[in-house]
Amino acid sequence: MKYTEGPEIRDTKAPDGPIEERWEKRKFSAKLVNPANKRKLNVIVVGTGLAGGSAAATLGELGYNVKSFCYQDSPRRAHSIAAQGGINAAKNYRGDGDSIYRLFYDTVKGGDFRARESNVYRLAQVSVNIIDQAVAQGVPFAREYGGLLDTRSFGGAQVSRTFYARGQTGQQLLLGAYQALERQVAAGTVEMHTRHEMLDLIVADGRARGIIVRDMVTGEIERHLADAVVLATGGYGNVFFLSTNAKGCNTTAIWRAHERGAYFANPCYTQIHPTCIPVSGEYQSKLTLMSESLRNDGRVWVPLRKNDERAPGDIPEEERDYYLERIYPSFGNLVPRDIASRAAKNVCDEGRGVGPGGLGVYLDFRDAINRLGRDAVEKKYGNLFEMYERITGENPYDVPMRIYPAVHYTMGGLWVDYDLQSTIPGLFVIGEANFSDHGANRLGASALMQGLADGYFVLPTTIGDYLANGPYGDVDEEAVAEAEIKVRNKIDRLLSVNGTRTPDSFHRELGRLMWDYCGMERTEESLRKALERIPELREEFWQNVKVTGTAEELNQVLEKAGRVADFFDLAELMCLDALVRTESCGGHFRAESQDADGEALRDDENFAHVSAWEHTPDGPVLHKEPLEYEYVKMTQRSYK
Amino acid sequence: MNLTLRVWRQKDQSDKGRMVTYKVEDVSPDMSFLEMLDVLNERLILEGDDPIAFDHDCREGICGMCGMVINGVAHGEQRATTTCQLHMRHFEDGAEITIEPWRAAPFPVVKDLVVDRSAFDRIIQAGGFVSVPAGSAPDAHSVPVRKEDADAAFDAATCIGCGACVAACPNGSASLFTAAKITHLSLLPQGQPERLSRAKAMVDQMDAEGFGGCTNTGECTAVCPKGIPLDAIAQMNSDYLKANAK
Ligand code: SF4
Ligand code: FES
Repeated sequence: MKYTEGPEIRDTKAPDGPIEERWEKRKFSAKLVNPANKRKLNVIVVGTGLAGGSAAATLGELGYNVKSFCYQDSPRRAHSIAAQGGINAAKNYRGDGDSIYRLFYDTVKGGDFRARESNVYRLAQVSVNIIDQAVAQGVPFAREYGGLLDTRSFGGAQVSRTFYARGQTGQQLLLGAYQALERQVAAGTVEMHTRHEMLDLIVADGRARGIIVRDMVTGEIERHLADAVVLATGGYGNVFFLSTNAKGCNTTAIWRAHERGAYFANPCYTQIHPTCIPVSGEYQSKLTLMSESLRNDGRVWVPLRKNDERAPGDIPEEERDYYLERIYPSFGNLVPRDIASRAAKNVCDEGRGVGPGGLGVYLDFRDAINRLGRDAVEKKYGNLFEMYERITGENPYDVPMRIYPAVHYTMGGLWVDYDLQSTIPGLFVIGEANFSDHGANRLGASALMQGLADGYFVLPTTIGDYLANGPYGDVDEEAVAEAEIKVRNKIDRLLSVNGTRTPDSFHRELGRLMWDYCGMERTEESLRKALERIPELREEFWQNVKVTGTAEELNQVLEKAGRVADFFDLAELMCLDALVRTESCGGHFRAESQDADGEALRDDENFAHVSAWEHTPDGPVLHKEPLEYEYVKMTQRSYK
Repeated sequence: MNLTLRVWRQKDQSDKGRMVTYKVEDVSPDMSFLEMLDVLNERLILEGDDPIAFDHDCREGICGMCGMVINGVAHGEQRATTTCQLHMRHFEDGAEITIEPWRAAPFPVVKDLVVDRSAFDRIIQAGGFVSVPAGSAPDAHSVPVRKEDADAAFDAATCIGCGACVAACPNGSASLFTAAKITHLSLLPQGQPERLSRAKAMVDQMDAEGFGGCTNTGECTAVCPKGIPLDAIAQMNSDYLKANAK
């Protein structure tokens, strides 16, 4: 795939001066909207997860006229609901040496020096307010006997700063945001559109002015206009078909926005989560995560010997390899996700994996049960153990869990500036859908933090600065009609192929290809192969896909086909991005770039930048945004 | 294993609907129930038939989107399990399985097994929240909460809004769902200021949506994937009575 290089991005709109003061400075410099004008300003928010739900609710509270959209039957279903482990915040309630600066430092380092310092510092600052907000909403966080909030330490952190609600933190935080959102629906500030899928962005006179959606029940194509559009549509991990994402998660909203001019940043940065339940067969439809909080008490091991067929209980202590503890004595089982995932892959590649196909490692609670007692373990992890047993039919109190890495999160996303505004004026992108805060690897319990920071606190301030110059007047009819026709044509085209393969069969094949060639380990050769194969498969898709039914009804095959079509295009850009970035960093591991111990080797001289891709008719154009580190010294990560 | 499915097919809200029989072969016991339907749907598409529409999203028992009445039981016979978490190892080879949508007047069928549960959102809109705009909250430690209360509130708050309780109830009551939210918030200090007005508004909305009354049959809690206990309803009733006495 050919690409060209365009001008660098020099200005991200972050204020200068001491890092602690930048967010204050920006808040003060942002224009305020006259309260009487707010009702006249229309904002569209797509997606109702932690970012979108909290943003729509907060914008409604501020008095804007908000329309909120989701593809599910209720905003409460968004996939943030499935986040298990917890949410980080620099409260330092434990007095264990945590601080805003330390959370900032850990996040920049954990992201392998590929995130922006200014953004990350703001995230750490705002983290503190999120906990206050959630508690006031009635989010039932875990508490200690004294009535204060409990915390735990979580993947990659040596302080205890993760707040949690048993293994269902995402659910409880999302219900908090959902309830705030429904309160605004009742107040009349937010108009809710469920079972509606965004299929295009309307850009008129250079500004984002609305969206085209499909009513998924009637099939009607609708236009919705606004003064600003916010995308909070989540990540694109489902490009791999199998991932821990919900089945409906897709890239369509951000991809269409990309085609309309929004740059796509670091598409190759994907996070493979180390603790998921392994694949059990060809029919597998999704993968289930086991919270990595399990790594606090569970010990990861494989047999020392290759192809050891013995039951785990029959393998004596001295014939087990607790490889994380062995290789990383100071962090042990708590090393960051990318490191734990790759280590699992390595031992399985050596032929020491366990379970079907040798694609698994043990996560063993035997020692924890002996040390703490079964009751204590059950209290902490009971619901996770139950979930595991439901899926595998095995009881983890008796037999160690089997886990394997799976695609979980995408750090890449639409490029945004410090205000969370994309390269299209009036288009804001929040939560997992943007790229900004996690660099090349996200730390555990930071996704919830970022989603809510963006939605409750950052966006509502920065979007005001844009809206203060509005309302932006009538929208050019031609632009709206053009977008509408484009959507209709694509649907007609999908329905008219009438081939011999289902959308899912293409999606599976694409996913397999991405996992093999652009997964945990990437090489020039594998990426070139993928870049050759993807266009062929896409071609076959458009020649041979079979979509049943009509456009004017609830049609899940049509929905699926449209999403798969966009995944092809995204997959290609991901592979190109991965090919161009010849270094290893965080979740992006290029086999050609590793040190003597097999650890990821960054190339700061050539790659300390964000890769922001522009979509043009002549192919992708790469714009580099240089990353500068004034506060955290760039070092090679070491968790040994 | 080989199975015979009898599935409710209904084109849209105005269609009368009927049961249709399908044979599925080579089902692996490790498949989830929805994966078994995926396999059938893939076949139906290739045969040019309309695949069976059903709601689902997370497929890990937390979003509350899935839900089918399987052999007469909402979410199937396995206790404390959503439809998406149900696995085929719990069925016998050669079994006949009937699959129907939630049936309740306030949950009209949209298509096949997909129903409209927006009534639940409207019950939450009526008062299922704490009125605290973003940015107005005091420090999280300014109000300690007894661990017992926090734990009990959490238990009630785990309701996923799936609607199985309504589907199982002979009266089509939404009491367990509504009570779960009322109980969650009324157990916490943060929920106190609006406690009674919340109970009144939510119960009134539940009635206005056309859900039936509770006669304590306990069918709801028996099928509830999150094990929301019947006590919640008592808590709701007591708050509701207090609100009306005021
Ligand atoms: S109370 Fe139980 S059955 Fe009813 S909606 Fe909630 S989780 Fe579902
Ligand atoms: S699909 Fe989410 S609970 Fe079943």
